[in-house]
Amino acid sequence: MADSAIAIAADVRAGRRRARDVLEQHLAQISAREADVHAFNLVTADDARARADEIDDAVSRGDDPGPLAGVPIALKDNLCTRGVATTCSSRILDGWRPPYDATVVERVHDAGAVIVGKTNLDEFAMGSSTENSAFGATRNPYDLSRVPGGSSGGSAAAVAAGFATLALGSDTGGSVRQPASLCGVVGVKPTYGAVSRYGLVAFASSLDQIGPFATSVGDAAQLLEVIAGHDPCDSTSIAEAAPALLADLERGVEGLRVGVVEELTDNEGIQDDVKAAVEAAADALAAAGAKTDRVSVPSTMYGLSAYYLIAPAEASSNLARYDGVRYGLRVDGADISDMNARTRDSGFGVEVKRRIMLGTYALSAGYYDAYYGQAQRVRTLIIREFERAYEQFDVLLAPTAPTVAFELGAKTADPLTMYLNDVCTIPSNLAGHAAMSVPFGSALASDATSGASALPIGVQVLAPARGEPVMFRVARAVEQAAPGGA
Amino acid sequence: MSEGSLTRAEVEHVARLARLALTDDELDALTPELSKILEHAAQVSALDTEGVPPTAHPLPLVNVFRPDVARPGLARDEVLAEAPAAEDGRFRVPRILGEAP
Repeated sequence: MADSAIAIAADVRAGRRRARDVLEQHLAQISAREADVHAFNLVTADDARARADEIDDAVSRGDDPGPLAGVPIALKDNLCTRGVATTCSSRILDGWRPPYDATVVERVHDAGAVIVGKTNLDEFAMGSSTENSAFGATRNPYDLSRVPGGSSGGSAAAVAAGFATLALGSDTGGSVRQPASLCGVVGVKPTYGAVSRYGLVAFASSLDQIGPFATSVGDAAQLLEVIAGHDPCDSTSIAEAAPALLADLERGVEGLRVGVVEELTDNEGIQDDVKAAVEAAADALAAAGAKTDRVSVPSTMYGLSAYYLIAPAEASSNLARYDGVRYGLRVDGADISDMNARTRDSGFGVEVKRRIMLGTYALSAGYYDAYYGQAQRVRTLIIREFERAYEQFDVLLAPTAPTVAFELGAKTADPLTMYLNDVCTIPSNLAGHAAMSVPFGSALASDATSGASALPIGVQVLAPARGEPVMFRVARAVEQAAPGGA
Repeated sequence: MSEGSLTRAEVEHVARLARLALTDDELDALTPELSKILEHAAQVSALDTEGVPPTAHPLPLVNVFRPDVARPGLARDEVLAEAPAAEDGRFRVPRILGEAP
């Protein structure tokens, strides 16, 4: 059983344990399994050792290094790290080292965390399996023939494999929650604006949000408390102070109203074991004193279609900056337009090009209103229906991902099949709401190469904007009720 | 043209708009793929949105101001050091339009 971040920080702060020893245990785990899992694009072992020694020196001087003292953390490789390669798993950023740190990177560093490396992702966070990486796929630590989910698959796998105690990812349509579900860890998409996006390489700016991975709900709450809060460098960050999460974590769910979203749970695309896990979690919450019922939120079924117009439209605009002029790759051409187009064709992978094309088309003259405009109106309908649901319920429950982890290559031939992985997670991004995935049991899957393996299932807890305190209480109760949970 | 169905010529046009020098193979693959994705995405038109305002952003933000106080920016030389080509403190780019270099 892995140490919790909260326990490590308490021990390091009290001088009972050295940050350096904690780090060496994790580096040993990386040496043992990273060649199989490929969670990282870069392991920053030397910098991490220097940082751990700094933490230990601070403790011996009598200073307090902070609430994440000596906790090893992995960062998705779309978070800018000053002077350290940040690739987004794309050839187009080849050799680029950011001239500044993302705000979240500063915050975890200042809280005493030890950064162990940059994790693999689907290129520019576009994908649901971490197979769309210029540097090769990441594999699921539970079964190496299967994907870890995506796009933050490297961060999820790093925590699941014990390479790091915590990790950060980004979630635009489920890219933290879905890999958390597939890798058996906790993953959180905070309320839009709760965490600064400054230094997160932009994909779809009205949907992107940075969130934590952890092995427990408590650790995820601790990490979110550290990274949340206003940042003048992100004009979309919420000005009011972020709510405390740990204080109320153990308050229980007595009297809380919990709605199981019918459209996302009773859907024919949902694997039976996954549906059963959501129902078992709801029953457990009822047994713990919550009032549970089913609730219909019909327009969530249109979330996927709206998302695959809105997100590519925003991406086509955001990724226009990769022009061969300011960073990374340049492929020479006859003139500047030719250089731009050759650089972009050569530097971007297949899925990124597909989404740029889709977004450019959806925004082009003659199609704008039918596609992008209509998707934005559907976004409004989804928000309105959620608002009605949250008049009757404090939180909602749904699957996180439709299935457990699938085999590598199983969904790469048909983009639409891959997109369907995000059907249950996308609505919260469109609404700007909070949501998180909590491990709840597993399903046996027979496997051609490795026989039967137990693959984790995640249950999703959804909450309205700024609903994190209640969402975490419910998630904690789900965690306690989970098979083998504590 | 039916909604969601794209021709190869349209895909070439979009590639030009997106500044992507796609190869013939890429154009051949993308034409049916994009058509299929758009067909799915066009499901949004099944919903009645008469009188529903669009949502561009989840937060009700209008203008976000900060005090007009100078702050240090990024160091020019550090930024230029990461560019593919720089000269005299500026990004260096290939010829634009037809003028002499």
